[in-house]
Amino acid sequence: MSVDATAQNGAPGRSGSPVPDPDRQQTVAPEATHQSRFTALLASSFGRNLGLVIALVLLCVVGLATAGDRFGTFDNAMTILRLASVIGVISVGMTFVISGGGIDLSVGAIVALGSVWATTVATQAMAADVHWIVMVFTAVLVGAACGLVNGVLIAYGRIAPFIVTLAMLAAARGLAEIIAKRRTQIITDRDFIDFFNGNVMGVPVLVIMFALAAVVGWLLLNRTTFGRRTLAVGGNPEAARLAGIKVQRQTAYLYILLGVACGIAAVMIMARTTTGSSTHGQLYELDSIAAVVIGGTLLSGGRGTIVGTVFGVLIFTTLTNVFTLNDLDTSTQAVAKGAIIIAAVLLQQRVAGRSHKT
Amino acid sequence: MTRGTGASPLLVMADIVKRFPGVVALRGVDLEVRPGEVHCLLGQNGAGKSTLIKVLAGVHSPDEGRISWNGNDIQLSHPQAAMDLGIATIYQELDLVEGLTVAENIYLGHEKTRFGFSRRAEASRATAALLARLGHPEISPSAEVGSLSAAGQQIVSMARALSRDARLIVMDEPSAVLDSGEVQRLFKVIRDLTADGVAVIYISHRLEEIRTIGDRVTVLKDGATVATGLEARETPTAEIIRLMTGRAIEYVFPPRPGVPDGDPLLSVVGLARAGEFSDISFDVRPGEVLGLAGLVGAGRSEIVETVFGARKADRGTVSVAGRTLRPGSVDAAVRAGVGLCPEERKSQALLLGDSVARNISLASLARFGRAGFLGSDGERRAAEEQVKALDVRPGKVDAEMRTLSGGNQQKVVLARWLLRDCKVLLLDEPTRGVDVGARSEIYALVRRLADSGVAVVVVSSEIEEVLGLSDRVLVIGEGSLLHEGPSPEIDEHGVLDIIMRGDAA
Repeated sequence: MSVDATAQNGAPGRSGSPVPDPDRQQTVAPEATHQSRFTALLASSFGRNLGLVIALVLLCVVGLATAGDRFGTFDNAMTILRLASVIGVISVGMTFVISGGGIDLSVGAIVALGSVWATTVATQAMAADVHWIVMVFTAVLVGAACGLVNGVLIAYGRIAPFIVTLAMLAAARGLAEIIAKRRTQIITDRDFIDFFNGNVMGVPVLVIMFALAAVVGWLLLNRTTFGRRTLAVGGNPEAARLAGIKVQRQTAYLYILLGVACGIAAVMIMARTTTGSSTHGQLYELDSIAAVVIGGTLLSGGRGTIVGTVFGVLIFTTLTNVFTLNDLDTSTQAVAKGAIIIAAVLLQQRVAGRSHKT
Repeated sequence: MTRGTGASPLLVMADIVKRFPGVVALRGVDLEVRPGEVHCLLGQNGAGKSTLIKVLAGVHSPDEGRISWNGNDIQLSHPQAAMDLGIATIYQELDLVEGLTVAENIYLGHEKTRFGFSRRAEASRATAALLARLGHPEISPSAEVGSLSAAGQQIVSMARALSRDARLIVMDEPSAVLDSGEVQRLFKVIRDLTADGVAVIYISHRLEEIRTIGDRVTVLKDGATVATGLEARETPTAEIIRLMTGRAIEYVFPPRPGVPDGDPLLSVVGLARAGEFSDISFDVRPGEVLGLAGLVGAGRSEIVETVFGARKADRGTVSVAGRTLRPGSVDAAVRAGVGLCPEERKSQALLLGDSVARNISLASLARFGRAGFLGSDGERRAAEEQVKALDVRPGKVDAEMRTLSGGNQQKVVLARWLLRDCKVLLLDEPTRGVDVGARSEIYALVRRLADSGVAVVVVSSEIEEVLGLSDRVLVIGEGSLLHEGPSPEIDEHGVLDIIMRGDAA
């Protein structure tokens, strides 16, 4: 019934009674459009992002109020962004997997494995002979390979993503421990560390990498056939299949893409800590999934927003920063994070529910 | 030996009316069932049988009408109320939990307990007794239901009905999943039940079964009872078919201009899939509309999905313009110019949360991508062209898919394939959930497509629709091709007759 009503409202000129129409439009229109404009705004992607902006601004206000002198500096802003950058790159990749209808729990473990493999004695020796780019390639290749294994098992082996990536979570970290023999591997290549810890016009390279990942991710998701296929596969895999889209291949690509993002994140964390370690990336899966979900990407797939994800990452990182500046412990942070996730998802459902009804 | 003659009726349903938003599913159904009889319910797809048994099971509450049980007026406001009275329904899609055992399934919802602990031994004993009563003592109460055959599951379903001391058991096409030996055993069970005074409402499309097991017949058409209390054994077949057919048609079919001569565009040879259909062969020429008629479950959707590659054929070939398609590959079919508008529009065809434009371009994304990048203008313009050509309303390509009516959603799916310049279009139930006005538009559209040289295959449960729309018709019954011929040379009676006799004419 509501469908009919909307259809008619959508094309008032078509309805069979032309006489009362202009009248009704004149009297009812202002209020009605006002109302609908507001709800439409809330439901639009801009509206959802507006909510995230408000949340971030509120957090900053709290930060300024409680630790104004230390919070409100350029250096602190860069600290927040630097902290956000590693999880940010992973979250951009995670946005693709989740909006494609999947999930990946193994990102943290892949980061650890990538960082360890790229910092072994052998890899570092080769890097010393050739160029530090060898380490970057190694980390990215390891990430892509893990993503390929995930993707193939999920898409062609038809095993639930939750199970496959849970297995990868265990296996990749275990392999990292075996390779590193549970020791932290120090990076000796100063050029590598200097390059990634450097600044370009005052902005840290790590932050630039995050920004690039976000821009590339946004273009890929919103402006390419790849992105469109991702959303179609996540929204209705059967419809996508019957429209001639290669659903399995697309699914596999998504996990490989996220694997590559994990490889890049591994390079970033190697630079930040100047080490490769099997303990890198602990709980990154939770942080990245949380950021993606509060950003407004549907956990069930079919809708994804890179802008939302970036805000999600920034909100969590700023929260951590504010808490740290106020000397609150990590346990309190965890509780606050949990509350934010639930609040965001509740809000998301309300909005989704509203657009279902109209 | 009609049982229960003269006995006071167990169940009386009078003037039952049930409306759903936009449709009247039942517009005055009368049904009277006596204790110990097998009462057969006949009617075409969409006549209202399913809705009626759901009313009886307490799933739907009727908007008007009276139901009385043993002479007392009753309200069946929820499924539990029906069960408490002793009305048990065995649905066509069996509603068993496959991971639980036979005994657990039978006592699901009314477990034998003491102080909150389930009494497994007793449930097991009672289950064994029930199964023995049904003539199947070989089924173990501790077997997992998922491991049983379809027939075995049917028996479990029936045991569950009995476990609730059912006085009336509704069986919705119970024989559909059974082979002939199993059907005979089912009949024996039914005879034992009726001898104990249990009444059975039996729904089947097989006239021969109705003659064997039934006592009386009620015929539904368009949501109303057209005949009740017919003798199941003596009423002539012609009479029954006459009652079931002749629905008032409110829509017009476009004229058939005649199919131009030419080589077949789509050729299907010896197509088969185990358990679904076998040895299906047909050709479709450009400009021709081929209809696939048959009842729900006859295998028509499976056939078109296999032609499209969405299901992989066990045997047989599909070729388009002389080139054989790789079996089981949607991609190959789409590249060869085949498009499918699937049966379940919402779950199989549409991205409901996305815009009309995105739904239209879904099968042609590569065309709009330049090195993978989508220029939004080209896509939008193409979608707008299609929306205008097919008169999709509202005519806004940004509208969210779920806000469109059924008919307009169907047009969007058609537009998707038109945009791809399809040469072969497979339409599965193109007018399901489409209102009367939009139906004629879709019919005209299908004919226009054929006139432009497209080979069209139409599947529909509405026999009149298939006949009215197509140039040539195939009648499918239980996975076999029963009849092939020009559509104008056969009518609804003829088709139903072929289906209900169940063998090749």
